Amino acid sequence: MSEALLVDGLHKSFGTLEVLRGVDLAVDDHQVVCLIGASGSGKSTLLRCVNLLEPIDAGRIVVEGVEITARGVDVNRIRRRIGIVFQAYNLFPHMSVLKNVTLAPRLALKQSNAEASQRALGLLERFGLADKAKDYPDSLSGGQQQRVAIVRALAMQPDLMLLDEVTSALDPELVAEVLEVIRELADGGMTMVIATHEMSFARDIADRICFLDEGVILEQGPPEQIFGAPKEQRTQRFLERIIEAGRM
Amino acid sequence: MSGAEGRRGALIAIFSTLVVFTGLALLITHAPGWPEVRQTFFDWGQFKDSFPEIARAFLLNVKIFLIAEAFILVFALLLAVIRNLPGPAALPLRILGIAYADFFRGVPTILVIAMLGFGAPALQLNWVPLSTTFWGIVALVLVYTAYVSEVYRAGIESVHPSQNAAARSLGLTHWQSLRAVVLPQAVRRVIPPLLNDFIGLQKDTALVGFLGSVEAFKQSQIDAAATFNYTSYVAAALLFVALTIPLARFTDWLVARDRRRRQAAGT
Repeated sequence: MSEALLVDGLHKSFGTLEVLRGVDLAVDDHQVVCLIGASGSGKSTLLRCVNLLEPIDAGRIVVEGVEITARGVDVNRIRRRIGIVFQAYNLFPHMSVLKNVTLAPRLALKQSNAEASQRALGLLERFGLADKAKDYPDSLSGGQQQRVAIVRALAMQPDLMLLDEVTSALDPELVAEVLEVIRELADGGMTMVIATHEMSFARDIADRICFLDEGVILEQGPPEQIFGAPKEQRTQRFLERIIEAGRM
Repeated sequence: MSGAEGRRGALIAIFSTLVVFTGLALLITHAPGWPEVRQTFFDWGQFKDSFPEIARAFLLNVKIFLIAEAFILVFALLLAVIRNLPGPAALPLRILGIAYADFFRGVPTILVIAMLGFGAPALQLNWVPLSTTFWGIVALVLVYTAYVSEVYRAGIESVHPSQNAAARSLGLTHWQSLRAVVLPQAVRRVIPPLLNDFIGLQKDTALVGFLGSVEAFKQSQIDAAATFNYTSYVAAALLFVALTIPLARFTDWLVARDRRRRQAAGT
């Protein structure tokens, strides 16, 4: 098995606030890794660093054998291979669903309008959004918007997908449809790193769980071990709080 | 609100409006100098005599406005984009952009017009146009580009950074993101303030008359000087108002429509 993603000694600060304090993480091809941890533990920042949306302070990130944090790399080329989906969807409100999905393939991959549209319609069809192609994002439900955002990222045919708390902004009844899409991606063999608060989903879908605490991966392992017999006291306490809050 | 209450409100509105405006009219017409003012500013005969020529001259105002506006819209967008360039390498360009905007927003428009209109032809370079209207337009473009670029810039900054992040995360370059994602949203949001600056520009076309171009204001000055009667000024003013009031109402309508839309989207 080859390594899809390798994060090595990653440090990131915002001003005087050190958010990531030496993160090491390896993800194999076709693996699904879930990042759990309290808000502010660095999950989102880690994903944004992997997508090069945040410049890093120290360490290195290697995607499919290429060090993407090296000097002089083509940032745009790398981002095309790494899809990211945000908590707040971030769809383009002035474009129809179809235009949202075809924009990057047309501009970044130089696909023809016809080719990009055909692929986009295929993806929308696959995720039950074909009838929304002409609609504008504001007229869709949150769940539909988030599914469009996932399709938009998939249209670039990425090697790696990063999902940043994609269900956190959704009403409870809309969470399932989005999780279903992610499950389908996992079944299709997509390599994914998922920051999430949905513990039962994480236990279900992940090959590995990483518990982030104060900017480091404090503990990682298979879901049964992390949720069943966490070694670290902080992991235990975090999971206890989650259970108390009725989130698992 | 019931029908009776609505009628009562309308009656009060009509009544108070009548009282205020009648009061103002009485105040002015009973002023000691009113007969003289009426004769010099509101002479119907003079109005009829001067109006056609001033209306013809007003076409020059419209022409100046249209030509200047076309250039302003393009140059101002360029300036706004330059001031928004990322990276340390673009710092000199950003500094130039800021200096330009600061300078031309700070100097009175009439001074820019005077300096260019009298200064540029005086250079006696044979490739420099001598037309005062040409230099008037150049001056208006220089000044208004500075103002309008601020409007564009506010629009660009009002687009949430997550929009750019989403575009960049898909592999779009800075320019592709700007062109396809940020600017279309920015421009849509600033259409009302842009129209507001249009109105200002439409009025300021009268300043070009200062250089000698015979536009509506200059024409009315010529008439006033020939007849010792200022009714021609009123005629020019009416022409300006006839054009700017529809623009202003159109702007109000756009603002109101935009607000309704956003509120509808928020519920």
